[in-house]
Amino acid sequence: MSPAPVLTFTDRGIYCAAGDFYIDPWRPVDRALITHGHADHARSGHQRYLATNTALPVMQHRLGEITAQGVPYGEMVTIGDAQVSFHPAGHVPGSAQIRVEVAGEIWVVSGDYKTEDDGLSEPFEPQSCHHFITESTFGLPVFRWQPQAQIAREINDWWAACAAAGKTAFLGAYALGKAQRLLTMLNADIGPILTHGAVEATNKVLRAQGIDLPDTVHATAEIDPKAYPGALVLAPPSALGSAWARKFGTQENAFASGWMQLRGVRRRRAGDRGFVISDHADWQGLLNTIKETGAENIYVTHGYTDIFTRYLTENGWNARVVPTEFEGEMLDTEGKE
Amino acid sequence: MRRFAALFNAIDQSTKTTVKVSALADYFAEAPDMDRMWTMALFSGRRPKRAVTTTKLREWAAEEARIPLWLFEESYPIVGDLAETIALVLPPNETSSDESLSHWINALRALASVEEEDQKAAVLQVWAQLGGTERFVFNKLITGGFRMGVSQKLMTRALAKSTGKSEAELAHRLMGNWHPDDTTWEALIEAEDASADASRPYPFYLAYALEDGPEALGAPNDWRAEWKWDGIRGQLILRDGQHFVWSRGEELMTDRFPELARAVDFLPPGTVLDGELLVWHPQTESPASFNALQRRIGRKTVPNKLLTEAPVVLHAYDLLEWDGADMRDKPFAERRALLERACADLPAEAPVRLSPQLDFKTWDDLAEIRAIARDKNAEGLMLKRADSPYLVGRKKGDWWKWKLDPLTIDAVMIYAQAGHGRRANLFTDFTFAVWNGNDLVPFTKAYSGLTDAEFREITKWVRKNTLQRFGPVRQVTPHHVFEIAFEGIQASPRHKSGVALRFPRMSRWRQDKPLQEANTLADLNDMLRIYG
Repeated sequence: MSPAPVLTFTDRGIYCAAGDFYIDPWRPVDRALITHGHADHARSGHQRYLATNTALPVMQHRLGEITAQGVPYGEMVTIGDAQVSFHPAGHVPGSAQIRVEVAGEIWVVSGDYKTEDDGLSEPFEPQSCHHFITESTFGLPVFRWQPQAQIAREINDWWAACAAAGKTAFLGAYALGKAQRLLTMLNADIGPILTHGAVEATNKVLRAQGIDLPDTVHATAEIDPKAYPGALVLAPPSALGSAWARKFGTQENAFASGWMQLRGVRRRRAGDRGFVISDHADWQGLLNTIKETGAENIYVTHGYTDIFTRYLTENGWNARVVPTEFEGEMLDTEGKE
Repeated sequence: MRRFAALFNAIDQSTKTTVKVSALADYFAEAPDMDRMWTMALFSGRRPKRAVTTTKLREWAAEEARIPLWLFEESYPIVGDLAETIALVLPPNETSSDESLSHWINALRALASVEEEDQKAAVLQVWAQLGGTERFVFNKLITGGFRMGVSQKLMTRALAKSTGKSEAELAHRLMGNWHPDDTTWEALIEAEDASADASRPYPFYLAYALEDGPEALGAPNDWRAEWKWDGIRGQLILRDGQHFVWSRGEELMTDRFPELARAVDFLPPGTVLDGELLVWHPQTESPASFNALQRRIGRKTVPNKLLTEAPVVLHAYDLLEWDGADMRDKPFAERRALLERACADLPAEAPVRLSPQLDFKTWDDLAEIRAIARDKNAEGLMLKRADSPYLVGRKKGDWWKWKLDPLTIDAVMIYAQAGHGRRANLFTDFTFAVWNGNDLVPFTKAYSGLTDAEFREITKWVRKNTLQRFGPVRQVTPHHVFEIAFEGIQASPRHKSGVALRFPRMSRWRQDKPLQEANTLADLNDMLRIYG
């Protein structure tokens, strides 16, 4: 009889029997290892949390009082019979792939990942392993990202055009990760950058841990919009068009997401403009990563799992779909973080 | 193509009509004549013929993208647009090109006359030269499905803005049989005399639906009422001894309705009639239901047998030209009086009948008349203000359609499929069933009537409740009941249920209704007996 696998897929999430811990579990457990602070990965109710030092502050901000321990990237931690280490996933600041080694067999849970260096998150580092668990949010060949510098030009051109026309530019993006990444891409010479409370709260946490972000003005209900001509306002998508947003007068709304690649979604969701920028790997990014891990066994979680798995199988991998309760950044949860 | 791609982006990125119109007007002011002509042609449904099958395009695109065909086919319904899927999977373009829109249109038209190998080489070369929006636009043109959120009305408005001519005049100039190959910008838009073409129809005047009763329209005395026929709206043109029949969709239907040729024997040249094409029962002197007309629709040539069994006549209800003069500015009552005189002595064999006006004193009288519309094979009433001119397009105020309430049935959703374009990736196309004992029998599809929020909600549900997949179609757990509204019902041996509905749509999501209480096949058959 072959030994039990290092990681198994249970109704609480990914479980490691050798170390008796879970990774990104969705039901309360004793010990949870967390890849990153997005709500569907870092849930409340666990007894103990383990995450990277850079991911912890946001988790503590969002989850309140938790018993948590931080580790630096790359440091080996022994939990029971398992050797565990965290490695950059490039998804958002602090995000990690979790590497688990038991008796020489290596498994990597990639969480959400992005292969392009965005200049803000710790750049992605592929890990050699035998078993690789990958997402497939954008696991279709129609998803191909342009370099960040090009998207930055498009956004800044749009902002400058809005400013020239006397309009406020509203840019919708998720409050953790995407918003800060966009911040670093904006050309502050165009005008002031204002932020919605949800974005500013995350900015505050990240700044406090030493991450350098451009200056922003928290757009509270009290501020006078007229005092900020030519402004760009960064806000969660749900805040676009709200009563809070309307007091900024004539405005254009844009939405920054990988889904903006699809014209149908863009027309349905984007308001005036859609910018194609994602914190997930595109089709080629996923395939390159899988090759680089050298893994023969691939487990595909949320996204276009069936299609992506079939493609991997036809190309010689031992691939299977792993059911998940992550909602992720799927189309039908558009606008949700 | 850059200029046209920029126009496309400007239009596509905005939901505001004013922005679209001014982008188009700027384009019309700057673009070369041939590009302007093709742009007008594209926005008025005059697309170049499809030169390459979409099957081939899919194969070539998958091959160029180095992906298996099945992966392309799986991606297509998710993107929701074939031209876009092709543009996205292809590798980035290697070079770029300054050629114009008309250059690319001519290039793709030339494909029709070459062998498949050469077609392929030419298409691959275009894909290597065009990137981004330009590639997508080319694919839209070559797949023949060019629609981009600009109606002909909007295009006409932009044209008016850039030329200074009135919208109504331009709408008239753009009617009929013109094509960029046969005319010029000068002749079509600028020249003083635009009446050179004998076949040119007038733009149709379209009515709005009357949502509540007619009481708000004012004094009944100011209004005229007619049956709203359930046929094909048509314009019959008699000029220079010839005749032409146009559909509302600006399709020339002269050859499809050869009966109308005899109109030249009974009506003088220089006459243009607006009316409804209906199958006529000579025995009962009454129009047949739409079901009878359906046998004639889509037939380019008509066998004699069908001409005898389902003869078509024009029910005339307006007179647009008389004695060669444009009558559209005259009040409706005056046009109607002339029309009645013109039709007064028509013999039984004439293919034209006067559509009668209905007598009523009060709105209550009219409501009673409306109640029997279905018996007359009409779908309701038309109300026209007596002093109204014949306007261009859909204008509120003078013409109203007061339709019968639709028939409804409560049905169970059993299959779902994702929509296209703006609705890509949302489940919007559903198949519905009624009970037959313990079985659910599918009887209709419907894909409109819900709000975007409802479609999003049902999409989430479908993803979680899929029982089986058949390509893009998902069989779902029978659970949700919808009220389906429709305009008519007829027997149909092609359908499992034995019936076919006319204009089915979802009128209500019956979240209050348990699955078991949906209607039955027997209920549907009862409706067929009464209304079929």
